[in-house]
Amino acid sequence: MKILRDLGPKLYWVLLALAVFLVLPVLFPTYWVTLVTQMFIFGMLAMSLDLLLGYTGLPAFGHAAFFGLGAYIVGVLSTRYGVGFWLSGLTGIVVTVAVAGIFGLLCVHSAGVYFLMITMALGMCLWGLAFRWVSMTGGDNGISGIPRPEIALPVDLNDPITFYYFILLAFVLVLLALFLLVNSPFGQTLRGIRESESRMRVLGYNTWLHKYLSYIIAGGFAGISGVFWAYYNAFVSPSDLDIIATMEAFFMTILGGPGTLVGPALGAGIIVFLKNFISAYTQRWLIILGLVYVVIILYTPKGLVNFLIDHLKDKNLWE
Amino acid sequence: MDFILTQAFNGVSFGAILFLLSSGLSLIFGVMKIVNVAHGSYYMLGGYIGLSVMWRIGNFYLAMLAGALCIAVIGLLMERIFLRRYYLQDMPQVLLTMGFALIFRDIAFIIWGGDPFSFPTPKFLEGSLKIGTLIFPTFRAFAVFVAVIVVLCLFLFYERTSLGAKLRACVDDSEMAGGLGINVPLISGSMFAMGAGLAAFGGVIGGPFFGVFPGADFDLLPLAFVVVILGGMGSLKGAVIGSILVGLIDTFGKALVPDLSYFTLFAPMAIVLAIKPTGLFGR
Repeated sequence: MKILRDLGPKLYWVLLALAVFLVLPVLFPTYWVTLVTQMFIFGMLAMSLDLLLGYTGLPAFGHAAFFGLGAYIVGVLSTRYGVGFWLSGLTGIVVTVAVAGIFGLLCVHSAGVYFLMITMALGMCLWGLAFRWVSMTGGDNGISGIPRPEIALPVDLNDPITFYYFILLAFVLVLLALFLLVNSPFGQTLRGIRESESRMRVLGYNTWLHKYLSYIIAGGFAGISGVFWAYYNAFVSPSDLDIIATMEAFFMTILGGPGTLVGPALGAGIIVFLKNFISAYTQRWLIILGLVYVVIILYTPKGLVNFLIDHLKDKNLWE
Repeated sequence: MDFILTQAFNGVSFGAILFLLSSGLSLIFGVMKIVNVAHGSYYMLGGYIGLSVMWRIGNFYLAMLAGALCIAVIGLLMERIFLRRYYLQDMPQVLLTMGFALIFRDIAFIIWGGDPFSFPTPKFLEGSLKIGTLIFPTFRAFAVFVAVIVVLCLFLFYERTSLGAKLRACVDDSEMAGGLGINVPLISGSMFAMGAGLAAFGGVIGGPFFGVFPGADFDLLPLAFVVVILGGMGSLKGAVIGSILVGLIDTFGKALVPDLSYFTLFAPMAIVLAIKPTGLFGR
């Protein structure tokens, strides 16, 4: 495994983090375990967005739509038709990938802020469905009462700690998959496109196809995180895929550091923590988020992890 | 037939509001390459400021003026203090406007609370126009009238004045325009302020239509984006056609297939993007 050898000292850090997360439920009360579960779910979302934003250089501003689509498919199938975890989860991912395939045809030809506008408008079409297609989605009330998954194994996912381990496993698998992806030749090509698309095209790469696939894969992973969100939250509503949800996903990635996988996961952790923590004291979550965001853009525009990379001597630690 | 005509009129009048909102968005993009996510916030704040003026003074003209001027100043400050630092760097700029959109939304919530308000219709806009068997609310006709005047003024300004010519020069090649002695920062700054003011103006005129409510910012922003995607970035003609199209599609969608109403915008967008990715009048 060449990749493992390349990891070198970083592997120890990964194992250390994994060990911490494995013993976390023993040390902390259930509230924190549930909160960290939520961080993992949004971590998956932020990492999937980072595949576009950080690695391919495509500012996808409708990413929460795929997250919400996965969540809504699970919500509708499990509450209305009593479909179990594997089938509804799989359907959620397949539908998300299919919709990303259609949307991608419309937006991938564009770049930069054009791409941002088009993806946002496309994403809001899905929001419109969730909000207005009342007979199917429950409209503004959303869908409540989504049961915890029965995974046909002798574990009870109603228990928050078991569910935590279940999501941790999913997170590790998603992280591993994305890690292998961004370090594969395909991932290197995406980075090449980010740096200079015209050069990659001259070198003979089909840049459109690479961007298109990257868009679909990112959509699929966002769908996966949405599926888990539906089961975690037991409730989906249009606010899961509105502009604010998309902005939050964007902030997680930018805050943590686009172009790294650890960064967006860290950013997701910080945003989820702040959101829950601040909401306990004040209703002014949005203004604080906005201010934090403006400050981040003004002072550390590359995000926390990249900031650390630039300022720590031992660059091997992260990169 | 009456149904179609009435809905068509409603659609065009909604398009008039959308034009006030999206012309600024499109022109700002044309000159400065900024996609302003806070543009819907200008609309919402303009509506709120107009409403406060109506409550205190009760003069609709003053409400329109106050809304437009206040927001033009806010837009100018935002451009001068923050966006100018990232001149022509599109990503930091759009990210900054996202932060501002959230801040504006929360500020509106702090000042005006979370309840929707109905906008008092001024005396001269009450009642309706009767043409044959059709009845059109006067304020909707007024919105169309105002939008037509704004379109004419913008076209005359854009095509016939020397300032408009300088503006066009900035759209085509701001570096070259600067080299020829045109004060690009001044032109683009005033452009930004004008766009913000127009959006706020639209917010006041849209008040009697929809009321003034929290969340109006992100309700209308995607529609304004669709207008610009359909019409083409930075094109005034595109903004006119795009606004009418989106206004009609949205209105007929709501009337005919309420369940899928918002989604009806997807089809025209998909068609235009497939045939002409830069929009109908985009370059």
